[in-house]
Amino acid sequence: MPLNDYLIVAGVLFTIGVAGVLLRRNLIVVYMSLEIMFNAVNLGFVAVSNYLNLVDGVIFVIFIMVVAAAEAAIALGISIALFRVKGTIDIDSFDELKL
Amino acid sequence: MDLKSVITWLIPLFPLTGWVLWGLLGRYIKDLTGHLASAFVGVSFILSLVLFYIVSNSHGFTATLYPWIYAGRLGVNVSAVIDRLSMVMLVMVTGVGGLIHVYSIGYMKGDKGYARYFSFLNLFVFSMIMLIISNNLLLLYVFWEAVGFCSYILIGHWYHKKSASDAAKKAFIVNRIGDFGFSVGIFLLFLTTRTINYESVFKIIPALPSITVTAIALLLFAGAVGKSAQFPLHVWLPDAMEGPTPVSALIHAATMVTAGVYMIARLHVIFSYSPVASMFVLFIGTLTAFLAAFIAASQFDIKRIIAYSTISQLGYMFMAVGIGSYTAGIFHLISHAVFKGLLFLTAGSVMHAMAGELDLRKMGGMYPKMKITALTFIVGALALSGIPPFSGFFSKDAILADVFSRGFYLSWIIGELTALLTAFYIFRLIFRVFFGQSNVDPKLHVHESPAVMTYPMVILSLAAILIGFLGMPPFDHSVFYNFLNVDFKNAAIFAPFVNNASWVILSLISVLMGLLGILAAYILYIRKSVSPERVKRAIGPIYSLSYHKVYFDEIYDFLIVRTVLGLSTFFWRIIDDAIIDGAVNGIAAGFAFFSVKVKRIQNGMLMSYALTFAIGVIALLFYYFIR
Repeated sequence: MPLNDYLIVAGVLFTIGVAGVLLRRNLIVVYMSLEIMFNAVNLGFVAVSNYLNLVDGVIFVIFIMVVAAAEAAIALGISIALFRVKGTIDIDSFDELKL
Repeated sequence: MDLKSVITWLIPLFPLTGWVLWGLLGRYIKDLTGHLASAFVGVSFILSLVLFYIVSNSHGFTATLYPWIYAGRLGVNVSAVIDRLSMVMLVMVTGVGGLIHVYSIGYMKGDKGYARYFSFLNLFVFSMIMLIISNNLLLLYVFWEAVGFCSYILIGHWYHKKSASDAAKKAFIVNRIGDFGFSVGIFLLFLTTRTINYESVFKIIPALPSITVTAIALLLFAGAVGKSAQFPLHVWLPDAMEGPTPVSALIHAATMVTAGVYMIARLHVIFSYSPVASMFVLFIGTLTAFLAAFIAASQFDIKRIIAYSTISQLGYMFMAVGIGSYTAGIFHLISHAVFKGLLFLTAGSVMHAMAGELDLRKMGGMYPKMKITALTFIVGALALSGIPPFSGFFSKDAILADVFSRGFYLSWIIGELTALLTAFYIFRLIFRVFFGQSNVDPKLHVHESPAVMTYPMVILSLAAILIGFLGMPPFDHSVFYNFLNVDFKNAAIFAPFVNNASWVILSLISVLMGLLGILAAYILYIRKSVSPERVKRAIGPIYSLSYHKVYFDEIYDFLIVRTVLGLSTFFWRIIDDAIIDGAVNGIAAGFAFFSVKVKRIQNGMLMSYALTFAIGVIALLFYYFIR
């Protein structure tokens, strides 16, 4: 497959992720959308790495996956903490940080 | 320091110590304050007499206490010039001052500010002594201001009274106008001569161009006009009568107001080398002497009449120093200090008896009830009117004779007219207060003042009788002239005697003028063969001009006070409020307005932040691709 196809898929995935983050209210779904964006980027890295016959992109992908796993753990922890305070994880109800 | 210097510096030390002591401890020693303060000034008086004796048997000297300011070419010591001139002044100031301190014990009895009063009275005596003995212009200026400050404090002694605090402010501000000229004069003098010590200045003055000397002399004279209440800055002195009467006697008759005359006599070298400035001094003196006597003739407030009389007599002194008769000027200064101090003290005694009443329309027939006051008052009035053998006759006549024989006939005529008016207004006062039918409020218990007040009056009236004989005419052969004139030997004589008219004729004319004035007052107020009302109607406009004090206050109010107030209001409302505050507040308001608009961005909604972020990224990408 040519490189362009991979990149188009990655772009579409990324756009879906952005749209999810912007439009969804549920905090868990927002995290999932973020994960989609990560993976879109991962896909791009892998594709370019393969295209150029370099191993750098693959190393990046592994780093991203590790960091994403750690971040997911923290994010879920925050979600639980917020749920305990407000009884909901609808992000529109968390608007205390304003003037 | 030798004995002479020690005595010199002890004289001001006593009143200075007094100021600190009564100021700090007055509330503990209470009623003793007055006696102690008087004793302190008394000690100064005795020391002055001792020093007077020493100086008159030897010669003057300079006593340096310590070097004060040395900067660049300026070198100033705190040092005293002790010569016959300053000794005469010192004895007068401490003597009259001491008597007035004693009088104040009775007059101020029971006053809430008793200790404060004596504290500042002592400070005043100290400042006046220092003003007299200082041997350079800077020290003179410091104490010139210090006496002004004491005058301010003491006029405003009853500060809770609006009129008193206003009068105090007026005195201070009007004085400052003159002092401004005085300070500029000192600067100019320093600029041209590079020194401010009297002796060094006097050596350089003859070599200076006459225009410079004239400028310096006129500027210095501006200070004298303010301090000695001469036209056009005389307006503060009548108002200064709001202070306690002994203060009026000490500061506003005997000592402080004569500082201007003393200053000119002390700096006579400068003035004598500028005929123009001296002529101007003569002009102002003549004008003031007449104007003030003219105003005094129709006033009803006894203290104000005497205040205008003071202005008028100061005018005579300036006439004397203006024509170069410095000795005659100082002689009149001394005799005036005695009889005018006396007049004020007796006026205070009348006030004391009348529970503070000053309007002579509400008096009359008080002679039987207060004989000592009345008799001493009459002695003072006769001295003021220039009736022999009272001191005023000798001193005023010395001036008028000199004015005549130096050829200033117009000034002489005005001086004689003023003498007539003087006799008239002071005897108008006497006839309406002590004689005639009584208009006194019957509820008032009129009584003679206590001995502590009458003794100073009696002593001063004896002095007013005796002191004149020191200047037995012809004046230039008299004791006083021979004693003091040596101090004025450096003066340049610019107006030679043109006409040595016989002093007998001149004196006769003066006495006649005085008697005429007394007679006029007698006809109007005792015989009543001519009713004062008819005279008033006959000379209508002139009377109202005199009654309204030649409208000086109104003119100043219109020309100066309102202009300044209007300008101040303009600067306050337009420049400060509208422009400066407007700019500052406007900038602040602008920021406040826009930040309210901008703060909506931070709304706490995570999605809107993310959206902004996304839009930003997209915009960047677009930019990147389009480029």
